Amino acid sequence: MKGMTIIVKKTTQLIAGMIFMYGIYIIVHGHLTPGGGFAGGVIVAGSFILVTLAYGGDFLKLVKEESGTTIIESLATIMVILIATAGFLFGTRVFFNNFLPKGVVGQLVSAGVLPLYNIFVGTEVAASIFIIFLSLIIFKEESPK
Amino acid sequence: MDLAISVIVGFMILGALYAIHAKDLLSSVIACGIVGYSLVICFLLLKAPDLAIVQIVVDTITLIIMVAVVLDSSREESYSKPDTQGYITAITGLLIIVILLYFFAVSIQTLDVLGKSSLRMAEYYIEGAAQKTGSANLVTGVVFDFRGYDTMGEAVVLVTAVLGVLTILRLKGKK
Amino acid sequence: MIAYIMCFILFLVGLYGVITRRNLVKIAVSLSIMEISTFLFFALIGYVDGGVAPIVDPADPVKVYVDPLPQALVLTAIVIGLATTAMLMAIIIRLYRKYKTFDIREIKNLRG
Repeated sequence: MKGMTIIVKKTTQLIAGMIFMYGIYIIVHGHLTPGGGFAGGVIVAGSFILVTLAYGGDFLKLVKEESGTTIIESLATIMVILIATAGFLFGTRVFFNNFLPKGVVGQLVSAGVLPLYNIFVGTEVAASIFIIFLSLIIFKEESPK
Repeated sequence: MDLAISVIVGFMILGALYAIHAKDLLSSVIACGIVGYSLVICFLLLKAPDLAIVQIVVDTITLIIMVAVVLDSSREESYSKPDTQGYITAITGLLIIVILLYFFAVSIQTLDVLGKSSLRMAEYYIEGAAQKTGSANLVTGVVFDFRGYDTMGEAVVLVTAVLGVLTILRLKGKK
Repeated sequence: MIAYIMCFILFLVGLYGVITRRNLVKIAVSLSIMEISTFLFFALIGYVDGGVAPIVDPADPVKVYVDPLPQALVLTAIVIGLATTAMLMAIIIRLYRKYKTFDIREIKNLRG
Protein backbone atom coordinates (compact mmCIF):
# COMPACT_ATOMS: atom_id res chain seq x y z
CA MET A 1 0.00 0.00 0.00
CA LYS A 2 1.45 3.33 -1.06
CA GLY A 3 1.28 6.44 1.06
CA MET A 4 -0.79 9.52 0.27
CA THR A 5 0.30 13.00 -0.83
CA ILE A 6 2.64 15.25 1.14
CA ILE A 7 -0.23 17.42 2.38
CA VAL A 8 -1.85 14.45 4.07
CA LYS A 9 1.49 13.34 5.49
CA LYS A 10 2.28 16.72 7.04
CA THR A 11 -1.21 17.08 8.49
CA THR A 12 -0.95 13.61 9.95
CA GLN A 13 2.38 14.52 11.56
CA LEU A 14 0.68 17.40 13.30
CA ILE A 15 -2.50 15.62 14.36
CA ALA A 16 -1.61 12.01 15.16
CA GLY A 17 0.36 12.82 18.28
CA MET A 18 -2.44 14.93 19.67
CA ILE A 19 -4.99 12.17 19.05
CA PHE A 20 -2.67 9.74 20.85
CA MET A 21 -2.35 12.09 23.82
CA TYR A 22 -6.12 12.52 23.92
CA GLY A 23 -6.56 8.75 24.07
CA ILE A 24 -4.10 8.53 26.96
CA TYR A 25 -5.98 11.32 28.73
CA ILE A 26 -9.30 9.52 28.29
CA ILE A 27 -7.80 6.30 29.69
CA VAL A 28 -6.12 7.91 32.71
CA HIS A 29 -9.11 10.06 33.65
CA GLY A 30 -11.55 7.18 33.11
CA HIS A 31 -12.78 7.22 36.69
CA LEU A 32 -13.41 10.96 36.79
CA THR A 33 -14.78 12.02 33.39
CA PRO A 34 -16.70 10.22 30.61
CA GLY A 35 -14.54 7.64 28.95
CA GLY A 36 -12.42 4.85 30.27
CA GLY A 37 -10.41 1.91 29.04
CA PHE A 38 -12.63 0.93 26.15
CA ALA A 39 -13.09 4.43 24.73
CA GLY A 40 -9.45 5.47 25.16
CA GLY A 41 -8.13 2.23 23.71
CA VAL A 42 -10.17 2.67 20.55
CA ILE A 43 -8.93 6.27 20.20
CA VAL A 44 -5.27 5.20 20.59
CA ALA A 45 -5.78 2.51 17.96
CA GLY A 46 -7.36 5.15 15.74
CA SER A 47 -4.26 7.33 15.90
CA PHE A 48 -2.07 4.39 14.80
CA ILE A 49 -4.51 3.58 11.98
CA LEU A 50 -4.35 7.21 10.82
CA VAL A 51 -0.55 7.09 10.60
CA THR A 52 -0.66 3.78 8.74
CA LEU A 53 -3.20 5.03 6.22
CA ALA A 54 -1.33 8.26 5.53
CA TYR A 55 2.17 6.83 5.19
CA GLY A 56 1.34 3.46 3.67
CA GLY A 57 2.46 0.02 4.63
CA ASP A 58 6.10 0.60 3.69
CA PHE A 59 6.49 3.06 6.52
CA LEU A 60 5.96 0.30 9.07
CA LYS A 61 8.57 -1.93 7.37
CA LEU A 62 5.96 -4.43 6.27
CA VAL A 63 8.46 -5.99 3.87
CA LYS A 64 7.68 -8.74 1.44
CA GLU A 65 9.84 -11.42 3.00
CA GLU A 66 7.78 -14.11 4.58
CA SER A 67 9.89 -14.45 7.72
CA GLY A 68 9.71 -10.80 8.69
CA THR A 69 5.95 -10.57 8.40
CA THR A 70 5.46 -13.84 10.21
CA ILE A 71 7.66 -12.68 13.06
CA ILE A 72 5.82 -9.37 13.35
CA GLU A 73 2.48 -11.11 13.27
CA SER A 74 3.45 -13.72 15.87
CA LEU A 75 5.00 -11.12 18.15
CA ALA A 76 1.86 -9.04 17.98
CA THR A 77 -0.29 -12.04 18.84
CA ILE A 78 1.93 -12.99 21.74
CA MET A 79 1.86 -9.41 22.98
CA VAL A 80 -1.94 -9.36 23.03
CA ILE A 81 -2.12 -12.66 24.88
CA LEU A 82 0.55 -11.57 27.39
CA ILE A 83 -1.17 -8.27 28.05
CA ALA A 84 -4.55 -9.93 28.45
CA THR A 85 -3.16 -12.61 30.75
CA ALA A 86 -1.33 -10.05 32.85
CA GLY A 87 -4.53 -8.08 33.26
CA PHE A 88 -6.46 -11.16 34.29
CA LEU A 89 -3.84 -12.52 36.66
CA PHE A 90 -3.75 -9.15 38.30
CA GLY A 91 -7.51 -8.88 38.17
CA THR A 92 -9.06 -12.13 39.34
CA ARG A 93 -7.26 -12.00 42.63
CA VAL A 94 -8.76 -8.67 43.55
CA PHE A 95 -12.06 -8.56 41.75
CA PHE A 96 -14.11 -8.28 44.88
CA ASN A 97 -11.88 -6.42 47.27
CA ASN A 98 -10.70 -3.04 46.14
CA PHE A 99 -7.63 -3.35 48.35
CA LEU A 100 -5.93 -0.05 47.58
CA PRO A 101 -7.06 3.02 49.54
CA LYS A 102 -10.02 4.75 47.91
CA GLY A 103 -8.81 8.31 48.34
CA VAL A 104 -10.99 11.36 47.87
CA VAL A 105 -13.70 11.19 45.23
CA GLY A 106 -12.80 13.48 42.36
CA GLN A 107 -9.02 13.42 42.61
CA LEU A 108 -6.78 11.83 39.99
CA VAL A 109 -5.21 9.30 42.36
CA SER A 110 -8.30 7.70 43.86
CA ALA A 111 -10.71 4.80 43.42
CA GLY A 112 -8.17 2.12 44.34
CA VAL A 113 -7.50 -0.33 41.51
CA LEU A 114 -9.97 1.06 38.99
CA PRO A 115 -7.40 3.25 37.14
CA LEU A 116 -5.13 0.21 36.81
CA TYR A 117 -7.98 -1.77 35.23
CA ASN A 118 -8.59 1.14 32.89
CA ILE A 119 -4.95 1.17 31.79
CA PHE A 120 -4.78 -2.60 31.22
CA VAL A 121 -8.05 -2.80 29.31
CA GLY A 122 -7.13 0.25 27.25
CA THR A 123 -3.83 -1.32 26.19
CA GLU A 124 -5.55 -4.56 25.29
CA VAL A 125 -8.28 -2.92 23.21
CA ALA A 126 -5.80 -0.70 21.35
CA ALA A 127 -3.52 -3.66 20.55
CA SER A 128 -6.42 -5.85 19.42
CA ILE A 129 -7.96 -3.35 17.03
CA PHE A 130 -4.63 -2.30 15.55
CA ILE A 131 -3.70 -5.95 14.99
CA ILE A 132 -6.97 -6.57 13.13
CA PHE A 133 -6.22 -3.61 10.88
CA LEU A 134 -2.58 -4.64 10.30
CA SER A 135 -3.52 -8.21 9.42
CA LEU A 136 -6.00 -6.93 6.83
CA ILE A 137 -3.28 -4.72 5.29
CA ILE A 138 -0.71 -7.54 5.26
CA PHE A 139 -3.25 -9.87 3.66
CA LYS A 140 -4.14 -7.37 0.94
CA GLU A 141 -0.50 -6.62 0.14
CA GLU A 142 0.89 -10.12 0.04
CA SER A 143 -1.85 -12.26 -1.41
CA PRO A 144 -1.60 -12.89 -5.16
CA LYS A 145 -4.11 -10.95 -7.21
CA MET B 1 -37.59 13.50 24.31
CA ASP B 2 -39.72 10.68 22.97
CA LEU B 3 -40.50 12.64 19.80
CA ALA B 4 -36.89 13.73 19.18
CA ILE B 5 -35.57 10.18 19.51
CA SER B 6 -38.35 8.93 17.23
CA VAL B 7 -37.47 11.42 14.49
CA ILE B 8 -33.77 10.48 14.61
CA VAL B 9 -34.62 6.77 14.55
CA GLY B 10 -36.85 7.46 11.55
CA PHE B 11 -33.82 8.86 9.71
CA MET B 12 -31.86 5.80 10.78
CA ILE B 13 -34.54 3.54 9.28
CA LEU B 14 -34.37 5.46 5.98
CA GLY B 15 -30.59 5.13 5.93
CA ALA B 16 -30.83 1.42 6.68
CA LEU B 17 -33.34 0.85 3.89
CA TYR B 18 -31.09 2.68 1.44
CA ALA B 19 -28.08 0.68 2.64
CA ILE B 20 -29.91 -2.56 1.97
CA HIS B 21 -31.20 -1.58 -1.47
CA ALA B 22 -28.29 0.43 -2.95
CA LYS B 23 -26.82 -0.71 -6.28
CA ASP B 24 -23.23 0.24 -5.48
CA LEU B 25 -21.64 -1.55 -2.55
CA LEU B 26 -19.58 1.52 -1.57
CA SER B 27 -22.69 3.67 -1.16
CA SER B 28 -24.30 0.86 0.80
CA VAL B 29 -21.41 0.81 3.27
CA ILE B 30 -21.44 4.60 3.63
CA ALA B 31 -25.21 4.59 4.17
CA CYS B 32 -24.54 2.18 7.02
CA GLY B 33 -22.44 5.02 8.44
CA ILE B 34 -25.60 7.19 8.57
CA VAL B 35 -27.11 4.72 11.01
CA GLY B 36 -24.00 4.60 13.18
CA TYR B 37 -23.48 8.35 13.42
CA SER B 38 -27.16 8.98 14.15
CA LEU B 39 -26.78 6.58 17.06
CA VAL B 40 -24.15 8.96 18.50
CA ILE B 41 -26.71 11.78 18.56
CA CYS B 42 -29.24 9.47 20.23
CA PHE B 43 -26.69 8.58 22.92
CA LEU B 44 -25.97 12.25 23.58
CA LEU B 45 -29.71 12.98 23.91
CA LEU B 46 -30.09 10.02 26.28
CA LYS B 47 -27.33 11.38 28.59
CA ALA B 48 -24.74 8.71 27.84
CA PRO B 49 -21.47 10.50 26.97
CA ASP B 50 -19.33 7.39 27.52
CA LEU B 51 -21.23 5.50 24.83
CA ALA B 52 -21.10 8.47 22.45
CA ILE B 53 -17.29 8.67 22.69
CA VAL B 54 -16.90 4.95 22.01
CA GLN B 55 -19.48 4.78 19.24
CA ILE B 56 -18.15 7.70 17.17
CA VAL B 57 -14.64 6.18 17.01
CA VAL B 58 -15.83 2.59 16.54
CA ASP B 59 -18.09 3.59 13.67
CA THR B 60 -15.22 5.34 11.89
CA ILE B 61 -12.98 2.28 12.20
CA THR B 62 -15.80 -0.02 11.04
CA LEU B 63 -16.23 2.18 7.96
CA ILE B 64 -12.48 2.03 7.25
CA ILE B 65 -12.44 -1.78 7.44
CA MET B 66 -15.58 -2.19 5.32
CA VAL B 67 -14.37 0.27 2.67
CA ALA B 68 -11.02 -1.55 2.55
CA VAL B 69 -12.84 -4.78 1.77
CA VAL B 70 -15.26 -3.29 -0.74
CA LEU B 71 -12.64 -1.30 -2.69
CA ASP B 72 -10.76 -4.52 -3.29
CA SER B 73 -13.65 -6.03 -5.24
CA SER B 74 -15.76 -5.17 -8.26
CA ARG B 75 -18.20 -3.10 -6.11
CA GLU B 76 -21.16 -4.01 -8.33
CA GLU B 77 -23.99 -5.95 -6.89
CA SER B 78 -24.79 -8.67 -9.37
CA TYR B 79 -28.50 -8.40 -10.05
CA SER B 80 -30.41 -11.56 -10.76
CA LYS B 81 -34.10 -12.17 -11.24
CA PRO B 82 -36.04 -13.45 -8.23
CA ASP B 83 -36.64 -17.16 -8.53
CA THR B 84 -38.48 -19.77 -6.49
CA GLN B 85 -35.89 -19.86 -3.75
CA GLY B 86 -36.04 -16.07 -3.45
CA TYR B 87 -39.80 -16.13 -2.97
CA ILE B 88 -39.47 -18.88 -0.37
CA THR B 89 -36.96 -16.86 1.64
CA ALA B 90 -39.11 -13.73 1.37
CA ILE B 91 -42.20 -15.56 2.66
CA THR B 92 -40.19 -17.13 5.48
CA GLY B 93 -38.87 -13.69 6.41
CA LEU B 94 -42.39 -12.25 6.51
CA LEU B 95 -43.50 -15.12 8.74
CA ILE B 96 -40.62 -14.55 11.17
CA ILE B 97 -41.36 -10.83 11.21
CA VAL B 98 -45.04 -11.43 12.03
CA ILE B 99 -44.11 -13.80 14.88
CA LEU B 100 -41.62 -11.27 16.26
CA LEU B 101 -44.24 -8.52 16.04
CA TYR B 102 -46.66 -10.61 18.10
CA PHE B 103 -44.07 -11.21 20.82
CA PHE B 104 -43.12 -7.54 20.77
CA ALA B 105 -46.74 -6.51 21.23
CA VAL B 106 -46.99 -8.87 24.20
CA SER B 107 -43.77 -7.84 25.85
CA ILE B 108 -44.09 -4.07 25.41
CA GLN B 109 -46.93 -4.13 27.97
CA THR B 110 -44.47 -4.79 30.78
CA LEU B 111 -41.99 -2.08 29.75
CA ASP B 112 -41.91 1.20 31.59
CA VAL B 113 -42.81 4.38 29.77
CA LEU B 114 -39.73 6.10 28.35
CA GLY B 115 -38.24 8.33 31.02
CA LYS B 116 -39.73 6.50 34.01
CA SER B 117 -37.19 3.76 34.47
CA SER B 118 -37.76 1.71 37.61
CA LEU B 119 -35.03 -0.91 37.61
CA ARG B 120 -34.53 -2.09 41.17
CA MET B 121 -30.87 -2.97 40.68
CA ALA B 122 -30.00 0.60 39.71
CA GLU B 123 -30.98 2.04 43.06
CA TYR B 124 -28.36 -0.06 44.81
CA TYR B 125 -25.77 0.85 42.22
CA ILE B 126 -26.43 4.58 42.37
CA GLU B 127 -26.97 4.97 46.10
CA GLY B 128 -23.62 5.73 47.65
CA ALA B 129 -21.73 4.15 44.77
CA ALA B 130 -19.19 6.96 44.72
CA GLN B 131 -18.25 6.15 48.31
CA LYS B 132 -18.27 2.36 47.73
CA THR B 133 -16.01 2.34 44.69
CA GLY B 134 -14.30 5.71 45.04
CA SER B 135 -14.97 6.46 41.38
CA ALA B 136 -16.77 9.62 40.32
CA ASN B 137 -17.81 8.07 37.00
CA LEU B 138 -20.56 5.61 37.92
CA VAL B 139 -20.29 3.72 34.61
CA THR B 140 -16.63 2.92 35.28
CA GLY B 141 -17.58 1.85 38.78
CA VAL B 142 -20.19 -0.58 37.45
CA VAL B 143 -17.97 -1.89 34.65
CA PHE B 144 -14.87 -2.62 36.70
CA ASP B 145 -16.19 -3.11 40.23
CA PHE B 146 -19.75 -4.38 40.48
CA ARG B 147 -19.67 -6.22 37.17
CA GLY B 148 -15.99 -7.15 36.93
CA TYR B 149 -16.58 -10.68 35.66
CA ASP B 150 -18.67 -9.36 32.77
CA THR B 151 -15.78 -7.17 31.68
CA MET B 152 -13.33 -10.05 31.97
CA GLY B 153 -15.55 -12.20 29.74
CA GLU B 154 -15.84 -9.44 27.15
CA ALA B 155 -12.07 -9.00 27.10
CA VAL B 156 -11.65 -12.75 26.48
CA VAL B 157 -14.14 -12.53 23.61
CA LEU B 158 -12.12 -9.66 22.15
CA VAL B 159 -8.87 -11.68 22.23
CA THR B 160 -10.67 -14.67 20.70
CA ALA B 161 -11.99 -12.52 17.85
CA VAL B 162 -8.47 -11.24 17.14
CA LEU B 163 -7.12 -14.79 17.10
CA GLY B 164 -9.92 -15.74 14.70
CA VAL B 165 -9.02 -12.90 12.33
CA LEU B 166 -5.35 -13.88 12.41
CA THR B 167 -6.25 -17.52 11.68
CA ILE B 168 -8.55 -16.66 8.79
CA LEU B 169 -6.15 -14.23 7.12
CA ARG B 170 -3.13 -16.51 7.46
CA LEU B 171 -1.28 -17.01 4.17
CA LYS B 172 1.57 -19.34 5.09
CA GLY B 173 1.42 -22.77 6.57
CA LYS B 174 -1.64 -23.87 4.62
CA LYS B 175 -0.51 -26.57 2.20
CA MET C 1 -43.49 4.51 23.66
CA ILE C 2 -43.06 5.55 20.03
CA ALA C 3 -39.30 5.36 20.45
CA TYR C 4 -39.46 1.69 21.45
CA ILE C 5 -41.60 0.86 18.42
CA MET C 6 -39.30 2.75 16.01
CA CYS C 7 -36.32 0.95 17.54
CA PHE C 8 -38.04 -2.39 16.93
CA ILE C 9 -38.80 -1.39 13.33
CA LEU C 10 -35.08 -0.68 12.85
CA PHE C 11 -34.34 -4.19 14.13
CA LEU C 12 -36.88 -5.64 11.68
CA VAL C 13 -35.28 -3.73 8.78
CA GLY C 14 -31.95 -5.35 9.62
CA LEU C 15 -33.58 -8.77 9.86
CA TYR C 16 -35.25 -8.25 6.47
CA GLY C 17 -31.85 -7.44 4.97
CA VAL C 18 -30.24 -10.54 6.44
CA ILE C 19 -32.97 -12.82 5.13
CA THR C 20 -33.55 -11.46 1.64
CA ARG C 21 -30.20 -10.17 0.41
CA ARG C 22 -27.72 -12.41 -1.41
CA ASN C 23 -24.67 -10.17 -1.26
CA LEU C 24 -22.28 -10.98 1.57
CA VAL C 25 -21.35 -7.34 2.21
CA LYS C 26 -25.01 -6.37 2.49
CA ILE C 27 -25.59 -9.20 4.95
CA ALA C 28 -22.75 -7.82 7.09
CA VAL C 29 -24.23 -4.31 6.89
CA SER C 30 -27.65 -5.65 7.93
CA LEU C 31 -26.12 -7.48 10.88
CA SER C 32 -24.47 -4.30 12.10
CA ILE C 33 -27.81 -2.47 11.76
CA MET C 34 -29.46 -5.08 14.00
CA GLU C 35 -26.60 -4.63 16.47
CA ILE C 36 -27.09 -0.85 16.51
CA SER C 37 -30.82 -1.17 17.20
CA THR C 38 -30.05 -3.40 20.19
CA PHE C 39 -27.64 -0.79 21.60
CA LEU C 40 -30.26 1.91 21.19
CA PHE C 41 -32.86 -0.21 22.98
CA PHE C 42 -30.56 -0.70 25.98
CA ALA C 43 -29.85 3.02 26.16
CA LEU C 44 -33.59 3.77 25.99
CA ILE C 45 -34.36 1.47 28.92
CA GLY C 46 -32.03 3.31 31.27
CA TYR C 47 -33.19 6.84 30.50
CA VAL C 48 -34.76 8.83 33.34
CA ASP C 49 -36.64 12.09 32.76
CA GLY C 50 -34.66 15.05 34.04
CA GLY C 51 -31.69 12.89 34.97
CA VAL C 52 -28.08 13.89 34.44
CA ALA C 53 -25.20 11.83 33.05
CA PRO C 54 -23.92 9.39 35.72
CA ILE C 55 -20.92 11.43 36.84
CA VAL C 56 -20.85 12.31 40.54
CA ASP C 57 -19.76 15.82 41.42
CA PRO C 58 -18.78 15.77 45.14
CA ALA C 59 -19.24 19.51 45.52
CA ASP C 60 -22.77 19.57 44.12
CA PRO C 61 -24.60 16.26 44.64
CA VAL C 62 -27.60 15.74 42.37
CA LYS C 63 -30.32 13.31 43.29
CA VAL C 64 -31.45 12.02 39.89
CA TYR C 65 -29.02 10.12 37.68
CA VAL C 66 -29.51 8.17 34.49
CA ASP C 67 -29.32 4.41 35.12
CA PRO C 68 -25.64 3.42 34.72
CA LEU C 69 -26.19 -0.36 34.40
CA PRO C 70 -27.45 -0.58 30.76
CA GLN C 71 -24.75 1.91 29.74
CA ALA C 72 -22.07 -0.32 31.26
CA LEU C 73 -23.45 -3.34 29.39
CA VAL C 74 -23.55 -1.50 26.06
CA LEU C 75 -20.06 0.00 26.54
CA THR C 76 -18.36 -3.38 26.29
CA ALA C 77 -20.76 -4.69 23.66
CA ILE C 78 -19.88 -1.88 21.21
CA VAL C 79 -16.17 -2.77 21.19
CA ILE C 80 -16.97 -6.48 20.85
CA GLY C 81 -19.23 -5.59 17.93
CA LEU C 82 -16.30 -3.92 16.16
CA ALA C 83 -14.14 -7.03 16.59
CA THR C 84 -16.83 -9.40 15.37
CA THR C 85 -17.62 -7.18 12.37
CA ALA C 86 -13.93 -7.16 11.48
CA MET C 87 -13.88 -10.97 11.72
CA LEU C 88 -16.92 -11.16 9.42
CA MET C 89 -15.19 -8.90 6.88
CA ALA C 90 -12.07 -11.07 7.07
CA ILE C 91 -14.13 -14.15 6.19
CA ILE C 92 -15.79 -12.23 3.35
CA ILE C 93 -12.52 -11.02 1.81
CA ARG C 94 -11.15 -14.56 2.02
CA LEU C 95 -14.23 -15.93 0.21
CA TYR C 96 -13.96 -13.23 -2.46
CA ARG C 97 -10.34 -14.09 -3.20
CA LYS C 98 -11.29 -17.76 -3.59
CA TYR C 99 -14.53 -17.55 -5.60
CA LYS C 100 -14.33 -14.04 -7.19
CA THR C 101 -17.90 -13.21 -6.19
CA PHE C 102 -19.96 -11.91 -3.27
CA ASP C 103 -23.13 -13.79 -4.22
CA ILE C 104 -23.91 -16.59 -1.78
CA ARG C 105 -26.10 -18.40 -4.32
CA GLU C 106 -23.24 -18.57 -6.82
CA ILE C 107 -20.80 -19.70 -4.16
CA LYS C 108 -23.17 -22.50 -3.24
CA ASN C 109 -23.47 -23.55 -6.90
CA LEU C 110 -19.72 -23.52 -7.42
CA ARG C 111 -18.92 -25.88 -4.60
CA GLY C 112 -21.67 -28.36 -3.76
